[in-house]
Amino acid sequence: MLLRKVSQSSALCGTILRVPPVLSGGQRHAGAVVAVQNARMYASQAAQAVLDKPAAIGSDAATKVEKKTVAVESKSFAANIFKGQVQTAQVFPYPSAMNEEQEQFLRELVPPVCKFFEDVNDPAKNDALEKVEDHTMEGLKEMGAFGLQVPADLGGLGLSNTQYARLVEIVGSHDLGVGITLGAHQSIGFKGILLFGNPAQKEKYLPKLASGETLAAFCLTEPASGSDAASIKTTAVLSPCGTYYTLNGSKIWISNGGLSEIFTVFAKTPMKDPKTGEMKDKISAFIVERSFGGVTHGPPEKKMGIKASNTAEVYFDNVRVPAECLLGEMGGGFKVAMNILNNGRFGMAAALSGTMKGVITKAVDHAANRTQFGSKIHTYGAIQEKMARMTMLHYVTESMAYMISGNMDSGATEFQIEAAISKIFASEAAWTVTDECIQVMGGMGFMKDAGVERVMRDLRIFRIFEGTNDILRLFVALNGFQSAGNQLKGLQKALKNPIGNAGLLAGEITKRAKRKAGLSTGLTLQGTVHPELAQSGELTVKAIEQFGAVVEDLLMKHGKKIIDEQFVLKRVADGAIDLYAMVVVLSRASRSLSQGIPSAQHEKMLCETWCVEAHDRVMRDIKALRSSESRQVFKNLRAISTAVVENGGVVSTHPLGF
Amino acid sequence: MSGRVLVGVKRVIDYAVKIRVKPDNSSVVTDGVKHSMNPFCEIAVEEAVKLKEKKLIKEVVAVSCGPQQAQETIRTALAMGADRGIHVEVTGKDYETLGPLQVSKIMAALAKKEDAQLVILGKQAIDDDCNQTGQMTAALLDWPQGTFASEVSFDGDKIKVVREIDGGLETIKIKTPAVVTADLRLNTPRYATLPNIMKAKKKKIANVKPADLGVDLTSRLEVVRVDEPPQRQAGVKVETVDDLVGKLKEAGTV
Repeated sequence: MLLRKVSQSSALCGTILRVPPVLSGGQRHAGAVVAVQNARMYASQAAQAVLDKPAAIGSDAATKVEKKTVAVESKSFAANIFKGQVQTAQVFPYPSAMNEEQEQFLRELVPPVCKFFEDVNDPAKNDALEKVEDHTMEGLKEMGAFGLQVPADLGGLGLSNTQYARLVEIVGSHDLGVGITLGAHQSIGFKGILLFGNPAQKEKYLPKLASGETLAAFCLTEPASGSDAASIKTTAVLSPCGTYYTLNGSKIWISNGGLSEIFTVFAKTPMKDPKTGEMKDKISAFIVERSFGGVTHGPPEKKMGIKASNTAEVYFDNVRVPAECLLGEMGGGFKVAMNILNNGRFGMAAALSGTMKGVITKAVDHAANRTQFGSKIHTYGAIQEKMARMTMLHYVTESMAYMISGNMDSGATEFQIEAAISKIFASEAAWTVTDECIQVMGGMGFMKDAGVERVMRDLRIFRIFEGTNDILRLFVALNGFQSAGNQLKGLQKALKNPIGNAGLLAGEITKRAKRKAGLSTGLTLQGTVHPELAQSGELTVKAIEQFGAVVEDLLMKHGKKIIDEQFVLKRVADGAIDLYAMVVVLSRASRSLSQGIPSAQHEKMLCETWCVEAHDRVMRDIKALRSSESRQVFKNLRAISTAVVENGGVVSTHPLGF
Repeated sequence: MSGRVLVGVKRVIDYAVKIRVKPDNSSVVTDGVKHSMNPFCEIAVEEAVKLKEKKLIKEVVAVSCGPQQAQETIRTALAMGADRGIHVEVTGKDYETLGPLQVSKIMAALAKKEDAQLVILGKQAIDDDCNQTGQMTAALLDWPQGTFASEVSFDGDKIKVVREIDGGLETIKIKTPAVVTADLRLNTPRYATLPNIMKAKKKKIANVKPADLGVDLTSRLEVVRVDEPPQRQAGVKVETVDDLVGKLKEAGTV
């Protein structure tokens, strides 16, 4: 049994290799030596990528990795697929994160909230008035809707993430404008106090925030700083006596900006670098009260949707912020901001799954009753495809939302990639589903009275705020690449001691060789997914294997420059999103089948259909990422964009010549 | 005068649900179907809580008869302001045949046991539309009854009840202890707010078996068959009055 020449990447010639699954003892060393020479090219470039990771991603990661010989295994499924590995800890079985008491309590909370939104809240009125009606706001405050996750001893309901998700789902299905008013207040507005506040801050602010007596707002975005949050220019300068900061700057598009009393504000604070002694500007987070003086706001913005939600500019003019109002560490503001956003993302997926459910009901109602050409239109294939796709998109979103909230409640700390994926998926799925609903309803869908056009307008912003989907895709891809890069870094370390790590290295070579040949590397979900879903499970695993391979190839090819290859990153992110979606529905449908619930067979169908199409999409994207045609296409896309920008508009001469 | 009010609350299929009959025509489908408190029972609870807020009575006790899930309905009453609950456990076949006669026996026994001054019930349940429990309870206790109440007020040691009857409104005065059944216009039930639901978790629900109250649950009724209402037939257009009379005679209605 000889180890034949190993070809590592598509860049080298592709020889079909036959690799024995097991190397017998004596030959192991010889094989390893050969492997070492060939694999050296393998790991070094990718490892380089990790070492040179820029600060934006994880500045301390590189130094930390150098100290460890073995990277700590991440439990995140999404992080692991980039390594071509299936980490099932957080995805199988589908989480049940509530104990009996929590479930019982939640069951009691749902009906009154539903009733309130059906009977009291008038979304059309709110949209027309461009504000939430006063009596509705009062009712929401009495209902306790403003402090859902504030601990009970501070006046809130102390809900877990799963419980919160369930209630937010109801709000989402009725009125997204109200949803944003509530979400801007508690999901991001004062979440910082919940996550990073010291006991004094919590006691001082949370009770009034929970009752809705004071509203909160999250102030990060500025005219020149949207996606590039690290570039904000608002300043907070510590006084010489050290007792207060002077805050100056202006923030735009702040939800609840015109209504809030409490603001979580992010500003640059000049700090002395402990090592070099030079002054650096780092972002810090502050709790700012309107009553501090110097806080003013502009008129409510006129928007496409979520009109009921107040959006305004907020100006800080020499505002004196007591030092006790610093939130978290000085200079740690960026981390605070990212954590707040990360922590609230699952809520969006939950709310949007509720929106989709509501909209699907409307579409079904229409399709089941509308007769054309002699039959009800739901009997026609064109409509059936729409209804089915809407249903699948809802199923995936709902499954993602409750998997992530379940993971968070069970104490998971690594869910940022999954949370980002769920936000991207939910916002795009909701847009598509609502669009298709209008299409199913025909002209009726376009009319205000039907209530769907409002939902469509409300939904547009969800692909933009809280991290644009474009940025989040880069985040998903780069986070994943970092994880894969770490693994290869570990391999590089192993390469320094090839004899001692011969087994590991041989195994790695074998794995890559098999992947290249399209053979299974032994990864399987058999035994994890329900037997009836075995086929879909295998499709998923195959896709993960190939995904891991192409990620590695890309890392080797581009190294640290991968961060600039946005055409590539987008497609990689799309693959990761589809893979997570596949595993999420596999998990949920498996549980349904095991429990034998009435909808189990229907869910099996949803799951299988989704997996077949997602698998094809992922494979197609992987193929494109490897092909030279797509490289040319990317070049062309770049060139077209450059030309159009240079020309200030469309370049091609009019067909008529003038 | 104990100042204690007993309110009966029934768990029924939610009013917005589309009812379906089981394939064997034995009853309607209840599995996995949304249930909630009978709307008239909500009005009854609201009235009781209002009386307590006006300090005319001291304690509101919510009662429900049924399986485990009946506790959800009691909790809703607690969230609306009732002080404590009594869950009378009735399950299986007994629950299937549970009707006004059995419930009124239970309510009568509890009214005596709890020394209630007033029993308020919804006028009828939206699932069986019997409109009997209040009346039977009063008869078993030999208490006066004020049914179809659209207004209730205390007048010295008597209760003034304005009743909705076919001819209009009738005002009566009855001595306490008494039974009152709530009609639609009596009040508008409050929303159970989430903080109140949380507070209600601490309120007690006592568990009682019908046997403990000495009540015999045997039913004197047997449900033979349950059918959906007949599909509405298409009408027929006629040209002349004679044709119309002819068709009516054919159908045997004239």
